Amino acid sequence: MHELGIVFHIIRSVEQVAADNGLEKISAVVLELGEVSGVVPDYLTDCWKWAAAKEELVSGSELKIETLPAVTHCGGCGRDYPTVAHGRICPHCQSGNTWLLTGNEVSIKEIAAY
Amino acid sequence: MNQVRIIEVKQSVFADNDRRAAQLRRELKEKGIFLLNLMSAPGSGKTTTLTRTVELLKDEIKIGVMEADIDSDVDARAMAAAGVKSIQLYTGGMCHLDADMTRQGLDELIDGDVELAILENVGNLVCPAEFDTGAVKNAAILSVPEGDDKPLKYPLMFQVCDVVLINKIDVTPYFDFDLERCTEYIRMRNPDAKVIPICAKTGEGVEEWAGWLRQQVREWVTFS
Ligand SMILES: Nc1nc2c(ncn2[C@@H]2O[C@H](COP(=O)(O)OP(=O)(O)O)[C@@H](O)[C@H]2O)c(=O)[nH]1
Ligand SMILES: [Mg+2]
Ligand SMILES: [Zn+2]
Ligand SMILES: [Zn+2]
Ligand SMILES: [Zn+2]
Repeated sequence: MHELGIVFHIIRSVEQVAADNGLEKISAVVLELGEVSGVVPDYLTDCWKWAAAKEELVSGSELKIETLPAVTHCGGCGRDYPTVAHGRICPHCQSGNTWLLTGNEVSIKEIAAY
Repeated sequence: MNQVRIIEVKQSVFADNDRRAAQLRRELKEKGIFLLNLMSAPGSGKTTTLTRTVELLKDEIKIGVMEADIDSDVDARAMAAAGVKSIQLYTGGMCHLDADMTRQGLDELIDGDVELAILENVGNLVCPAEFDTGAVKNAAILSVPEGDDKPLKYPLMFQVCDVVLINKIDVTPYFDFDLERCTEYIRMRNPDAKVIPICAKTGEGVEEWAGWLRQQVREWVTFS
C-alpha cells in the first residue's frame, strides 16, 4: 500500500524535526502534494489517522494537504504547459520531447506544534 | 490555551530515506560489499535473470540474494537451487523497500561473507524508484511485451537506473516493439544509462550484462 508507506516516512521526518526543535506534541502537519505525484490525498489522510494514532507525538494531529499544480516543459518549442490537461505531448508544437518541471512533489511544508 | 508554534520544514518526504541510504552506501564501501538493486514490473523477468546471472558469476564472486518480490517463496527456493545464499524480506504488503528495510536484510544476509548482494525489489515501477535503497547501482528490467514506450510512462524509474535490461527479446516478432525507439526513450530520460537486450530464458545477452556487473563489483570492492 503506497500511501501507508508514505505516511510512515512523513512520521519519521516529523519525529526528526520535533527532536531538532524540542517539540513534544504536534497539532498539524502541512504537506505539499504534486498533482501527478501518484499519491491519493484521501487514502493518505485515512492512513494518517490510523498510523498517527499509534505515535504519541502526532496522535490526533491533522494532516493538511496542499496540492501543487503539475507543469511540463517542452524541449521542442521551449514553452511550459499544464501537465494534467495535455499529458506528454506539447499542445503548442506536438513535440513528445517534454519533461515534468513540477508536480511530483511529496514534501512537508510546515509543522504546527503546541 | 497554549500558543501554537509553526515550524517551517520545506523538506521532501524522501529526504530522510536519502540520508539513510547514503549512510548505508558508505558502510558498504568500507566493508567491500557491492549492493545491486534490481527493479521491474511484476513478471518482467527479475528472478529468471538473477538465476542466470548467479550461474555465470558464482564461482568467482561470493553472492547473496535478498528477495522482496511477492511470490518470493518460490524465488528463494530457485536461488538455493542455484547454490547461493538467499533470504526473504517481508515487506508487510508495502510497495517498495527503503534503506532501513534493506539494511535489516543485509544484516541477516552478510553474516556469511558476501561480496555481491543482489536485491530483487518489489515488482513495481513507481515506488521503488522513489526510495533509494542504498544500492551501489540500480538496474531495471523492461520486457518486450510491456511496450517500447514504458520509459515515457515511468520516467523516474529510468532516470535512477544505471543499466536497463530489455528482456524477452525472443518474443519481439510477436509484439510491436522497436528496440531502437525504446533505447531512444530511455536516453531522453537518462543519457548515461547502459542498455542491454537479453533473453533470460535462453541466456542470450546475459554474458554482456554479467560482464558489466563483474566490472562494477571489482571496481567497488578493490578500491574500498
Ligand atoms: N519468453 C520469455 N519469457 C521469459 C523470459 N524471461 C522470463 N520469462 C518468463 O516470464 C515469467 C516471469 O519471470 P520472472 O523471472 O518470475 O519475473 P519476475 O516477476 O520479475 O521475477 C516467467 O514465466 C518466465 O519464465 C524471456 O527472456 N523470454
Ligand atoms: Mg520474482
Ligand atoms: Zn508505493
Ligand atoms: Zn512544444
Ligand atoms: Zn518506506
